[in-house]
Amino acid sequence: MANVLLRYTNLVLVTLFILSLLSFLLAYLFPGQALENLTGLRLNELSELQNSQIKYSVDNNIFVQYWHYVGELFSGNWGVSFNTGLPLYEDVGRYLPASIELSSYALLLSFFIGLPLGFIAALRHHKLTDYSLLSVSLLGYSIPVFWLALIMILVFSLQLGWFPLSGRISLLFEIPSITGFILIDILLSDLIDKQSAFIDALRHLILPTVSIAVVTTTMIFRITRRSVIETLNSEFILAAYARGLTPTQVLMRHGVRNALIPILPLLAMQFPTLLTNAMIVESIFSWPGIGNWLIQAIYQQDYPAIRAGMLAVSVLVVIFTMSIDLIIRLTDPRRRRAERAAI
Amino acid sequence: MIILDKHHKNIWFKTTLIVLASALLCSCDALLQSKTDPNGIVYCSEGSPANFNPQLDTSGTTVDASSHQIYDRLIDFDPVTGDIVPALATSWLVSDDGKTYTFQLRQEVSFHNTETFSPTRYFNADDVLFSIDRWRLIDHPYHDVSGGRYPYTDSLNLGGLITQVKRLNGYRVEITLNKRESSFLANLATDFSVILSAEYADELKSRNQKELIDSIPVGTGPYQLASFRQDRYIRYTKHPKYWREIELTDKLIFDITPSSSLRLAKLLTAECDAIALPAHSELEVIRQQENLVLAEKPGFNVGFWAFNTSKPPFDNPLVRRALGMAIDKNALIEAIYFNSAVAAKNIVPRTSWAFQADVRPLNYNPIAAKKLLREQGVPEGFSMTVWAMPVQRAYNPNAMKMAELMQAYLQDVGIQVNIISYEWSTFRERLTEGLHDSVLIGWSADNGDPDNFYRPLLSCSAIKSGTNRAMWCSKEYDLLINKALEYTEISERTYFYGKANELLAEKLPLIPIAHASRYQAYRKNLDGLVINPYGGVRFAGVKKL
Repeated sequence: MANVLLRYTNLVLVTLFILSLLSFLLAYLFPGQALENLTGLRLNELSELQNSQIKYSVDNNIFVQYWHYVGELFSGNWGVSFNTGLPLYEDVGRYLPASIELSSYALLLSFFIGLPLGFIAALRHHKLTDYSLLSVSLLGYSIPVFWLALIMILVFSLQLGWFPLSGRISLLFEIPSITGFILIDILLSDLIDKQSAFIDALRHLILPTVSIAVVTTTMIFRITRRSVIETLNSEFILAAYARGLTPTQVLMRHGVRNALIPILPLLAMQFPTLLTNAMIVESIFSWPGIGNWLIQAIYQQDYPAIRAGMLAVSVLVVIFTMSIDLIIRLTDPRRRRAERAAI
Repeated sequence: MIILDKHHKNIWFKTTLIVLASALLCSCDALLQSKTDPNGIVYCSEGSPANFNPQLDTSGTTVDASSHQIYDRLIDFDPVTGDIVPALATSWLVSDDGKTYTFQLRQEVSFHNTETFSPTRYFNADDVLFSIDRWRLIDHPYHDVSGGRYPYTDSLNLGGLITQVKRLNGYRVEITLNKRESSFLANLATDFSVILSAEYADELKSRNQKELIDSIPVGTGPYQLASFRQDRYIRYTKHPKYWREIELTDKLIFDITPSSSLRLAKLLTAECDAIALPAHSELEVIRQQENLVLAEKPGFNVGFWAFNTSKPPFDNPLVRRALGMAIDKNALIEAIYFNSAVAAKNIVPRTSWAFQADVRPLNYNPIAAKKLLREQGVPEGFSMTVWAMPVQRAYNPNAMKMAELMQAYLQDVGIQVNIISYEWSTFRERLTEGLHDSVLIGWSADNGDPDNFYRPLLSCSAIKSGTNRAMWCSKEYDLLINKALEYTEISERTYFYGKANELLAEKLPLIPIAHASRYQAYRKNLDGLVINPYGGVRFAGVKKL
């Protein structure tokens, strides 16, 4: 087990190293002065610039520069945005949780819908239920997420007037940011009108969450369905039936766990797609998340912000996928055996 | 046994299902109902302000965010009648020679008490002195803070006009001018003549944070700034000790939404209570909505077609007249302004007292135009340029399209038109150099005084400062409009402006096309929002029903 941990840590470190190197090189690849792109300070702000000149050791060769760059990254000094002049570290810290929040709710929703439906379709394999669910899932799978989001707005916001179409919460509520997760922050806050703030936040959440969840749900549905069908066709299931167990017992005791295990790693692979979709949906619903923020940064050619945002998002994706993978490694007995056999 | 068990399970399952479903329904009901806080107003504005001091920036966005929310002026325009009414000055006296103005100031007016500043005294003459001296005196300690450029007062050279601002006592201020100028009071009532806090300035100076005066503002206005996040929102809270007895909501929020269609969408879903600048093409949509109100008011602006009178053959008034007769103004207005403008007769709009209804109108008559052109020696196939401004403005929402339409009209009288457009700042630079034959552009006034149209648009000195697009210089005209400034009685001034109108109708250095209306779209439950034809939006006195 220590061996596995070590290997994963190693892998993560190497990937992070490459990412940080890439983000550093971006500053040179973007138009303009590399130093401006790194710090976000304009060259006319001389006194501050002189400071950072020392910090980044621009006069040194590129390796020394990189070394200083990483040092600054770790101390939370990511530079400031060209556009707003605010420190990027704080900006990312403010916007990233909003994206994570949106993505996690979408993921949860997809699990709650996709998994049961996957099981139902698999149990009714080659029957009408299976076929209809499969065709609906194909539909959900093929709908472009930005189009879906726009249709949602058109129908549920503009026509029916059920849900608001922008932001996380009505600006009339002022929620102090503690965790960055709006629902938790509302519960932690000492607002008098907590309940209506909570409901308002939920109302803002529904449309973007559903828009993202549709694609992920169909993915989860299809993966689950395939996995359950495969499991149910295995010999040990046949053996269980032969022992006289009822179909429910077979499914509960032997089917579910064995079907779920191969699903998890596949689901981890969905995370980048989920985050990408979330970033698209964010800009449509004016959700103050990292995607919306990055798109604004691209529009305004805010290179320091693009660099920092890209680094933050990619680090998040890498760490998340790696940890899921690691958990699976450590919990799945089949893989553990393979590990031992390999040694 | 098993059957019974199954039965039990079924009942349990059903009960949970029912409980869950009803819970879902209840919460759905709560979720679908938009509950809006009656103690707050959300206004969807079009952009982030550059700062919170309209002395430094004349853009509408900055003015909207600061002028009537955070600050007050010595005197105000009444948005309905256009009269000058008391604000921080309760009364004023103009000396007989028209050069000395004495203001009696209002007592017990408090400044905002913010997180960083607690005022220890009421508003008094020192604040007036500070606010005016800041842009007037080049060696004032605050003059160069935040750039040191004061576009409005600099463009009218108000600093040069004022010789002295004197404190007579704590609540009495005397302003002396070096010459008589009857538009002076109107300039003090514009959105840009705000009163800042001298005490706050002193405190910032001692803290060595002078530049905060424009980003964390302190004023006497109805709302104080609570927080501002660039490109996201501006939050204001009520000024609890506001001097005017007027209805204020606890919170005022500017939700910054640059896209005009998104602003409209938010208005429809009640996420905004009012929106800035509805697009002309969306006006019909707003009119059709039952719960929205579209208020309309004739704007204080003019869109015109100016000829470069320094270039032949445009130096010939008869050629200009012929060209003016060749275009159908009403058709242009219909196509470009979607009927949200009125055809212009003078350069001032109908709502101004200098407006004259009886000037000879220029009628659409291509046959007479053609004849006149040939008589004046402009041959068939003569080619000229029409410069079309690249940006959208209220006075001309689509200059490019207007130029294309005019191209067709002028073709009928045998004139070839080349349409020219550059990026906005280059465009204005080259106009000032006089490289154009004619240009489609316009003017929005900042105050109710007609001088704000006559002087910047066509006086000789305005050629140099780059607002006289016709490059027209007439001694006779300058004499008339300067004479008009020497009198304070409106009836006397009307006489001179009437003469000027007649001169313009005869010489036609520019052809006024339209006065575009101003629009304000808001939800029906918002009460008290009035269009301010002289500038920024005002939220004092606006409430939600």
